[in-house]
Amino acid sequence: MAIKFEKVTYEYPAEDNAVVAVKNVDLEIEDGSFVCICGENGSGKSTLAKLMNGLLQPTSGVVTVDGKTTATEEEEELFAIRQKVGMVFQNPDNQMIASIIEDEIAFGPENLGVPREEIGERIEYALSAVGMTEYRHNTPYKLSGGQKQRIAIAAVLAMRPEVLVLDESTAMLDPKGRAEVLKVAHELNDQGITIVLITHFMEEATQADRVVVMSEGRVVMDGTPEEIFRDRASIEKYDLELPITDAIAADLLQAGLPLEDKIYSEKTLAEAICRLK
Amino acid sequence: MSIEVKDLSYVYSPGTPYAAAALNGVSITVNEGDFLGIIGKTGSGKSTFIQHLNALIKLQSGSIKVYDVDLTQKKPDLKKLRGTVGMVMQYPEYQLFDETVEKDVGYGPKNLGLSEEEIKCRVKEAVELVGLNYKEVADRSPFELSGGQKRRVAIAGVIAMRPRVLILDEPTAGLDPRGKKDIMSLVKRLKETSSPTIIIISHDMDAVAENCDKVALFSEGKIQAVGSPREVFYDANALALAEMDVPSVVKIARELQKKGVSLQGKPVTREELVEAIRRWRDE
Repeated sequence: MAIKFEKVTYEYPAEDNAVVAVKNVDLEIEDGSFVCICGENGSGKSTLAKLMNGLLQPTSGVVTVDGKTTATEEEEELFAIRQKVGMVFQNPDNQMIASIIEDEIAFGPENLGVPREEIGERIEYALSAVGMTEYRHNTPYKLSGGQKQRIAIAAVLAMRPEVLVLDESTAMLDPKGRAEVLKVAHELNDQGITIVLITHFMEEATQADRVVVMSEGRVVMDGTPEEIFRDRASIEKYDLELPITDAIAADLLQAGLPLEDKIYSEKTLAEAICRLK
Repeated sequence: MSIEVKDLSYVYSPGTPYAAAALNGVSITVNEGDFLGIIGKTGSGKSTFIQHLNALIKLQSGSIKVYDVDLTQKKPDLKKLRGTVGMVMQYPEYQLFDETVEKDVGYGPKNLGLSEEEIKCRVKEAVELVGLNYKEVADRSPFELSGGQKRRVAIAGVIAMRPRVLILDEPTAGLDPRGKKDIMSLVKRLKETSSPTIIIISHDMDAVAENCDKVALFSEGKIQAVGSPREVFYDANALALAEMDVPSVVKIARELQKKGVSLQGKPVTREELVEAIRRWRDE
């Protein structure tokens, strides 16, 4: 088990009244899985993500990564956890620190004390994994948003993580940039890296192995995309939306067309429509 | 006619090694009452274009006329222009700055030199138009509010200027599904009540298809196609040139076409698609 939450609660400390962001969550992220976390703003998704590598430590309950608790005072243990569970955030511009891309990628491994020759190998691996090899000697400032996020992912990959947590990393990108980042995430997953993707885009959730829905700090739904999006009442209740193709399928059903009630892509929906006549 | 742009070109850092052409001969007419959607890849010139419309960028070549303000003149009335064209930037909540919602929303009207009474009246109206409770939020710090509420306050600050043209640069970016729906219905309500002409930059083709009555497709600093959503989203050549995706409804229609099913009337909205499929089935 890559990451395990046991009865985890997290309260943001405040002077007057503490805000409970995550309430009594039990959750297991399996090795090699592709898990999507959805839920409205303020539902606790990002807090959950930050609990995964000890950026936050639970107020009560236990989070373990490969069996080791994140609630440790030992810096080395914490570093080991953060090396295993890498994170990429929403705003690409806030994550760049170096003026040349290869320095950006080398920053993590250098801090780990990785030998020089191996750093070179890691830069090559990380850039090729995100399809940015040719940009090695460029500056990150002139890249598109999607390219910047791919560099941010490469910088995490250079740490050889087991889990990659993408916290709304596609939110600020245009459709092309989003598609690039998503493609990279799926490719890395095929290579065995566990992916935790936090997103408001339901189309991204339909491509995951598993979807976890948060509401008011709790996990309220957990299942395959098929199971989640067929539960229309809950989708409405938790202020999510159907992926657009499924919303169209629902419109057609409501118009009295005998369509099978399932999850569609544009292509499979077109096929199903053809069979109507 | 509210906005007339002719042969607009713009180069960033002209005359330096960093010179970069952002706009190259853009012409478009926007009529009062239009709901114009501007689409195009990152870097296609969309933002540079809209920033010209309230003179955030100085005209280099071509002409722009917004109602009776002519930007080719030596000293155009910029105060009047900015009262006419309201601009909501990307992630506008980052621009909130004042101690209370009341003061933040009132900043623009105050700079117009209006009376205290008039400012208060405009602030109240704007705050309520964006769907917030004036009594509850007026004395609160805008920074205490939720993300969606902050964005509404930022929009209220623009609405308080009572612009006849409201321009929004990706107003739903980064919001959750509920927030997106709320902001889109807010924009539609503003069109009915305060700002009859709306210009919106969006990467969400489905939202553009559902809401806009006119679409301008930008690519490499030019307008590749302009017309109704139906005209633009079925202009496969222009879309391919601009490397742009189409709304899901059009994707489904394309898939159906491949399978030999031709839908009548080129649907772009969900409602039109359902209707076209029903008609095809009844044929």
